[in-house]
Amino acid sequence: MRLYEFEAKQVLAKQGVPLPKRTFAKTPEEAEAAAAAIAGPVVLKSQVLSGGRMKAGGVLFADDPQTAKTHAATILALEINGQQPAGVLVEERRNIAQEYFAAVTWDGRAKRPVIIFSDMGGIDIEEVAETHPDHISRTTFSPSRPFSDYTAKVAVASVGVTGNELAPLTRIVAALARTFLQYDLTLAEINPLVKLDDGSIMALDSHMDMEDEARGAQRTLLTELAIPDSDTRQARPPTQFEIDGALVDSADTRGVAGRVVEFDGDMGLVIGAGGGSLTLFDAVRGAGGKPANYCEIGGNPSVNKAANLTKLVLSKPGVQKIAVMMNVVSNTRADMMARGVIKGCLDAGRVPADTIAIFRIPGSWEEEAVKILQQYGVEYVDRTVSMHEAAGRAVAKMGN
Amino acid sequence: MSLFITVEIADAVQSDEALKKQLVEVCPVDIFALDGPRLTAVENNLDECTLCRLCLDAAGDKVAVIKLYDGNARLE
Repeated sequence: MRLYEFEAKQVLAKQGVPLPKRTFAKTPEEAEAAAAAIAGPVVLKSQVLSGGRMKAGGVLFADDPQTAKTHAATILALEINGQQPAGVLVEERRNIAQEYFAAVTWDGRAKRPVIIFSDMGGIDIEEVAETHPDHISRTTFSPSRPFSDYTAKVAVASVGVTGNELAPLTRIVAALARTFLQYDLTLAEINPLVKLDDGSIMALDSHMDMEDEARGAQRTLLTELAIPDSDTRQARPPTQFEIDGALVDSADTRGVAGRVVEFDGDMGLVIGAGGGSLTLFDAVRGAGGKPANYCEIGGNPSVNKAANLTKLVLSKPGVQKIAVMMNVVSNTRADMMARGVIKGCLDAGRVPADTIAIFRIPGSWEEEAVKILQQYGVEYVDRTVSMHEAAGRAVAKMGN
Repeated sequence: MSLFITVEIADAVQSDEALKKQLVEVCPVDIFALDGPRLTAVENNLDECTLCRLCLDAAGDKVAVIKLYDGNARLE
């Protein structure tokens, strides 16, 4: 889940990161009062969860409260990437001498958090990485040990920062890393992190994404930020299919049938197991298939849960076949999954042998699963057939 | 109607109050329930049977778990 900029800055403030004076306003009148309180030039920023605010006209500058009020009205009425702003952040405008970039995220390959730091902030960091690789550092660290400021110093100094900037930048980057760890974030970013014309260092903009699964553990912070459970913070409103998918999961505590996401293809997917969903989804697309959905089923779901997910996927218009595929499983029973998907097909009025393009769930209770699948004439492949090959076979059966 | 599993309860179970209670308690997926004084198999839960054998351990041959997908083989 993504935090709005004003919320991310509240989190940074808790860690002592220097920030401009600011007020979150929900009406033009509140923005006017905020600008009057700041008593100087202000910047007004649309509070939406997507990027591209500046290009879309969601960031405006004002020298007086009356102009701030007018601009706030404009911003509050402006939809950006399909999102209405939650409000407008009124912030004192500062003179910038130098821009930096600092972020902490997960390095999937290193399987550790990584600090990404650059002395070329304010622009797209991917562009910096491509055009000025010597101006960007990547420093991984252990998530299980207390974070050391030395690691932050290495990240900052690696791009050549020295002198008066090194110490304050190190403190801010260290605070960012600790924030990342403390609040179960998947991204903690400050861009730009700036040196002002008076030489002080300050965070001017920030993005934070939190693990969806951390909502329970981070209830105290979310309460502080006044984010209710009903506020899912997804990039777009869920479709009815996705809402129904969440209901399938929540209706039964056994196992998981989560993260049901709707796509516009014709091949239903009942996939999961230890990261297998992403691999299998990519494998289907790589083989030329068009997924109708994404999902993550595992954790030994009940027959009923697997059946209801199957029925849901088959209810999507245009879905003629489903592929039931997992990585090798130890904590999900292949036979219970076999029962579930067959029951789901039959409940949906489908013939399992014609509907299940492939069943690949190697692992526990596999022999029992094979007996069930044979009874219903469903094609089964074991672990000698890779996930990519299984996906390819399923796609071939679609006849696209 | 269940697709994969069915359970047979011998008449002898109905006169054994302790066994009936035990069967209700041991099944992890609530296949057994008391309907008044009578022990019955809950139709909606039969396909959730995990083949754990706890009912067989409790009742011996007074209960049979039958795999409909395996030529009506009895769980041993």
